[in-house]
Amino acid sequence: MSEKFTPLWEVFIRARNGLAHKHAGSIHAADAEMALQAARDVYTRRGEGQSLWVVRSDQIVASDPSDKDMMFEPTASKIYRHPTFYEIPEEVGNM
Amino acid sequence: MYSQGLIGADGSTVETEEFLEAFQKRVDAEQKIEPNDPMPEGYRRTLVRQISQHAHSEIVGMLPEGNWITRAPTLRRKAALLAKVQDEGGHGLYLYSAAETLGVSREELTDQLLTGAAKYSSIFNYPALTWADIGAIGWLVDGAAIMNQIALCRCSYGPYSRAMIRICKEESFHQRQGYEILLTLCRGTDAQKKMAQEAVNRIWWPALMMFGPHDSASTHSDQSMHWKIKRFSNDNLRDKFVNATVPQAEYLGLTVPDPNLKWNEEKQGYDYSDIDWDEFWRVVKGDGICNRDRIKARQKAHREGAWVREAALAFAEKRAGAADAARTAAE
Repeated sequence: MSEKFTPLWEVFIRARNGLAHKHAGSIHAADAEMALQAARDVYTRRGEGQSLWVVRSDQIVASDPSDKDMMFEPTASKIYRHPTFYEIPEEVGNM
Repeated sequence: MYSQGLIGADGSTVETEEFLEAFQKRVDAEQKIEPNDPMPEGYRRTLVRQISQHAHSEIVGMLPEGNWITRAPTLRRKAALLAKVQDEGGHGLYLYSAAETLGVSREELTDQLLTGAAKYSSIFNYPALTWADIGAIGWLVDGAAIMNQIALCRCSYGPYSRAMIRICKEESFHQRQGYEILLTLCRGTDAQKKMAQEAVNRIWWPALMMFGPHDSASTHSDQSMHWKIKRFSNDNLRDKFVNATVPQAEYLGLTVPDPNLKWNEEKQGYDYSDIDWDEFWRVVKGDGICNRDRIKARQKAHREGAWVREAALAFAEKRAGAADAARTAAE
């Protein structure tokens, strides 16, 4: 293919004030300004958002799915990190 | 769109028994498969084929309706049709993105459409001859699409399933606006009602063809069902569509163009004539009324947009270069 590839960007939308930006999808655009414009056209046609982020996809560092167990499994055994692990007498009330 | 996307799909795959078994276990446990997860090559290939054909269908689907935007009878209808066609462009882009997560580039996908290597739904190779066709397309074509797409919301591949959920949410207005157009025509003059009937006569059968070949002729269905890429058979979805749509036609006072259409009390569904499969395969293989026009229109749009893509990239490069130079100077 003779044409140059147009970079890929990931799109994040803040649905309402007070919420975090959430991944919505991706788009292709030559630069940041056009990426924002395209993200607006493609992902917010029905009032989906108050704010947009676009990030070059090649700038995202992701964990490897095959490392999933090594990365996340150890927390399964650490039940003492949860409040329900601890016994508080009922008389003490809500804590 | 949709189940036609599996025509000619090649699900053959070369992995070891253990690998395939482990993968099947995940699928059977309803765990979504995500882009970087291990997956059989046949699964990847089948999905790229289906999702990209679905994307192409959305893009080519803009053509028959876009043709009517300037001729919509009122501002209300024009705004609605414009929004619908915009949605289709958006849906094409969601779907291309989903296909790209499987390691194929946007440029390759576009190339496949423009060279005719890739297919898209047969329905878009029929013309939209009158304003009533716009009503019938919304009601029947989008209705058939939604029936297919709701089933795809539970597809085992995460990005496709998520795109489908979003698309289904947005598309319900497409079908309703189409039905409303026909309702208005049916309550109008005799000539308007006749126009509505003629549109339904034209579009009924092509809409039923959207569900793809008969189950008995749908060679690649089994593997796709097994991998939960599709979850209902073509005939099953087609029957559901007919059962849902016939009462809506009755309400309009329009006749479904099928002398053999009859309620079957025993199966609690309609019996209907067999589809003209010769026509179906002719259109799928490139010999429909509009196949050549559609591809020509896409090629023209691509060609005429080339300078915009080049200029945008050149400008981005120039600005990145200027920013680098400024940083070097400051250091």
